[in-house]
Amino acid sequence: MVELRLPRNSEIGKGKTFPAPAGAKNVRTFKVYRWTPDDDKNPVVDSYELDLDTIGPMVLDAIIHIKNEVDPTLTFRRSCREGICGSCAMNIDGENTLACLKPIKDIKGDVRIYPLPHMPIVKDLVSNLDGAYAQLRSIEPWMKSDSAPPPDGERKQSIEEREKLDGMWECILCFCCTTSCPSYWWNGDRYLGPAVLLAAYRWIADSRDEHTGDRLDALEDTFKLYACRTIMNCTQTCPKGLNPAKAIGRIKELQIERKL
Amino acid sequence: MNASPSHIEVMRSQLGRARGLGAGGSGVGHWWAERVSAATLLPLSTWFIVQMFRLGGADHAEVVKWGGKPVNATMLAALIITTFYHAQMGLQVIVDDYVHGKAHLPARILVKIGTSLIGLLGVFAIIKLVAAGNSQKS
Repeated sequence: MVELRLPRNSEIGKGKTFPAPAGAKNVRTFKVYRWTPDDDKNPVVDSYELDLDTIGPMVLDAIIHIKNEVDPTLTFRRSCREGICGSCAMNIDGENTLACLKPIKDIKGDVRIYPLPHMPIVKDLVSNLDGAYAQLRSIEPWMKSDSAPPPDGERKQSIEEREKLDGMWECILCFCCTTSCPSYWWNGDRYLGPAVLLAAYRWIADSRDEHTGDRLDALEDTFKLYACRTIMNCTQTCPKGLNPAKAIGRIKELQIERKL
Repeated sequence: MNASPSHIEVMRSQLGRARGLGAGGSGVGHWWAERVSAATLLPLSTWFIVQMFRLGGADHAEVVKWGGKPVNATMLAALIITTFYHAQMGLQVIVDDYVHGKAHLPARILVKIGTSLIGLLGVFAIIKLVAAGNSQKS
C-alpha cells in the first residue's frame, strides 16, 4: 500500500554545524543531506556556513568548496561543471536540477541540498540510478535499420526530418525529470519514467530508424508508458529546458493513430 | 536498516528487472476511453445541470412527467452509464498508483464490481421513473 511516512531508517536527524570562517561578511548556510552505508545511523542534515565572497557563483562551486576546504567526507558526483554531463543532478532548494547550472543567488535563505528523490542512496548526495539506466537500455536507444547504409557515406535526413529530433537529442540523462515524477516514485519498477520515454520517442521520431512499430509495441503497456499521469513535474524541473511530457504525449498520440 | 535478511534475495540483473514481463499490449484502449468518456460527460453534465435548474421547485408529478419523456430518459441513462464507466477507469488509475502487491488484483476487481453495481442501480432508477410516468398516464 501507499507509504505515508518515511521508513524508520530514512528519518532525517540533525547533523553537525560547520561555522563560517572568522571575518566572513557574506555568509550563507548550506544544509546538506548526509548518509553513509558504513554505520547503521540514520541520515542527518549537516549545516555548512560559507563565505559567498570566497567561492564561485554556482551551488556546485559551494559543495566543491566544502569538500576541498571544510569537510572532505562529503560525497557527490560532478564532472563537467557546465551542464553537459548530468553528473551533479541533485535536489536543490526543493527542485531537481544540476548543481553546476544553479546560481546560489537564485535561492532565498538557506540552501538545502538533497540527493535525487526516491532512489536508493549510495552515499550522501549520490543516488543509485542503476534501475533507471537499465530501463534506458531496455528501450534499445540505438538505431535499428534493416536497409544497408549507403556504401559511400552516412544515412541522410531531410532538414524537416532532422528538426523532429530537436528538443530530444539535447537530453543528457541526468534523470532530474524521472526522479521528480510521483508516478515513478509509486511504480518505478514498472513505469519507465520521463527520461527513458523521451529517449524512446527520440528513436521513434528518427526518420532513419526502421523499427518504429516495434518500439511502439514495446511501450504499449499499462505501466511502462501509461503510468504517466501528465503531472508535468518532468517538464517543470528539466535543467536543460526540455519537454519530456510532450514527448510522452506524442507517443500516446501515435499509439492511438495506429489503432484508428 | 530494516531487519535485513541473512542473504541477498534478488540477484536478477537490472536489465532483467527493467524488461520484466514485457509490454502487456494494453493501455491504449483504457487511456483513449477515459478521455473520450470525459469529453462526452461535458455536454451530458451541462444538459443535466440545466434540466435540474428548470425542474427546481417542481412537484413529484412534474418530475415523473419529465422523466417519462424518451429523450430525457435516454439522456439520463447515457449520463449515468458514462459517469460510472468513467469513474471505473479513473478509480482503476488510482488503484494502479497506490495499491501494490497482493492487494492490487482484488482492489481492481472491487472497483469494477462496485462501480458497475452503482451504475446499474442508477439505470434501474431511471427505468422505474419511466414506468411511474407510464402508470400515471393510464
